[in-house]
Amino acid sequence: MNYNWNWKIFWEPVAAGNGVYWEWMVSGLAWTLSTGLLAWVIALLIGVVIGVIRTTPLIWAVRLGNAWVELFRNIPLLVQMFLWYFVLPEVLPFGLGTMMKQMDPPWASFAPAVLCLGFYTSARVAEQVKAGIQSLPRGQTLAGTALGLTMVQTYRYVTLPMAFRIVIPPFTSEFMNIIKNSSVALTIGLLELTQRASDMSEYTFQTFEAFTAATTLYIMVTLIVVYGMRQLEKKVQVPGFIGTGGQGGGR
Amino acid sequence: MHAIDFDVIQRSLPFLWKGLQFSVQLTVTAMIGGIILGTLLAMMRLSSFKLLYLPATAYVNGIRSIPLVLVIFWFYFMVPLILQAVTRAPSPVHVGPEKSALITFILFQAAYYSEIMRAGIQSVSRGQVSAAYALGLTYFQSMAQVILPQAFRNMIPILLTQTIVLFQDTSLVYVLSITDLLGAAVKTAQRDGRLVEMYVFVALIYFVLSYALSELVKRLQTRVAVIR
Repeated sequence: MNYNWNWKIFWEPVAAGNGVYWEWMVSGLAWTLSTGLLAWVIALLIGVVIGVIRTTPLIWAVRLGNAWVELFRNIPLLVQMFLWYFVLPEVLPFGLGTMMKQMDPPWASFAPAVLCLGFYTSARVAEQVKAGIQSLPRGQTLAGTALGLTMVQTYRYVTLPMAFRIVIPPFTSEFMNIIKNSSVALTIGLLELTQRASDMSEYTFQTFEAFTAATTLYIMVTLIVVYGMRQLEKKVQVPGFIGTGGQGGGR
Repeated sequence: MHAIDFDVIQRSLPFLWKGLQFSVQLTVTAMIGGIILGTLLAMMRLSSFKLLYLPATAYVNGIRSIPLVLVIFWFYFMVPLILQAVTRAPSPVHVGPEKSALITFILFQAAYYSEIMRAGIQSVSRGQVSAAYALGLTYFQSMAQVILPQAFRNMIPILLTQTIVLFQDTSLVYVLSITDLLGAAVKTAQRDGRLVEMYVFVALIYFVLSYALSELVKRLQTRVAVIR
């Protein structure tokens, strides 16, 4: 292989703009993480609600929840990204669309990216929450009802506290997915980690170094998240109920 | 908002059809290649031989922790260099985005399929492995004739669900400017300035196909379930 290795490239000044290349990568990582984290908040809020209503006896709520999940699960993320970025501003009423289009550069792609990833992942979170609730023995809900709790109280004090512990491992992999999926936002102009690596390779031709740096950063994020979630899992474990430890995150 | 132009959809149908054909071709090839390679990776990961399971584990975990877009970029850059090294060509071998995408998807999906096959192999009870060995079958005979057929059968619904994910993921070849279904839609949309119509229409196609496939998988699931 004829390749000019140059690991010092990260300390060389950027050809267009200020700073050096490692700062580019760090800023890319920061955008990746902030997109992922904000989207995760949206995904959790919506996903938990949708997941819970799909386990209620209310037929209309179950149908609404199912439709939500099918809608966001069966369209590719990239196409959804385009819908949020290109189509939504055109169809929004009352000048909201124009407002979306006129946002300053990082925000014009950041806001649609966060919303898109959040809604997309909410469908997956909803699936996990539903599975978590349904994996509990039916007797728990019945016992709640027998104690005279209302449906809301049963969810609040009996079902959900157990279900949330069960879904920690699948949530870990969904969170990893949201971090990885945020790279799709490069198609709408977000300067996240993968885009920064690609830009750096185009400016310097040090493709191998640039991609290696991005890969290493992604793997480090994975390791930190998996470790953190395992600690959380141990901390909230209910003694005698759910065996944890080696199976965290399915890895 | 401007008036909706249904004509642009009709005009671009032949082009979109060509794009869809590429998407399906890529999906099917990557599925077959990915399952074969994934099964080999799963067998390596379950082996007790360090030289086999360490590289396989590193590969699967490595690929699974970086985004597909980055993997596509990696292979687009690496494949010509690797081919140059293998064939001892004087310069990097020109591969072209389509072939590069194909190789990428086979190798990327193999990591995900291997996790499914690993679970499938482990779902076959230990006694069957012992029984196969007791009958005097070698490792490969017992794998091919006893364990893998059952592992496949148990995992068919999950393998197909992964294939639906793969079909949706093929839209990411957009980053290599390939004319797949989405690529065709994007090119028409930009040429005619009809972003709304084309993107909504292409979303609809993906939705109908993926939804129909997942309903089929659900039905199949009840059929192939092995009664124990």
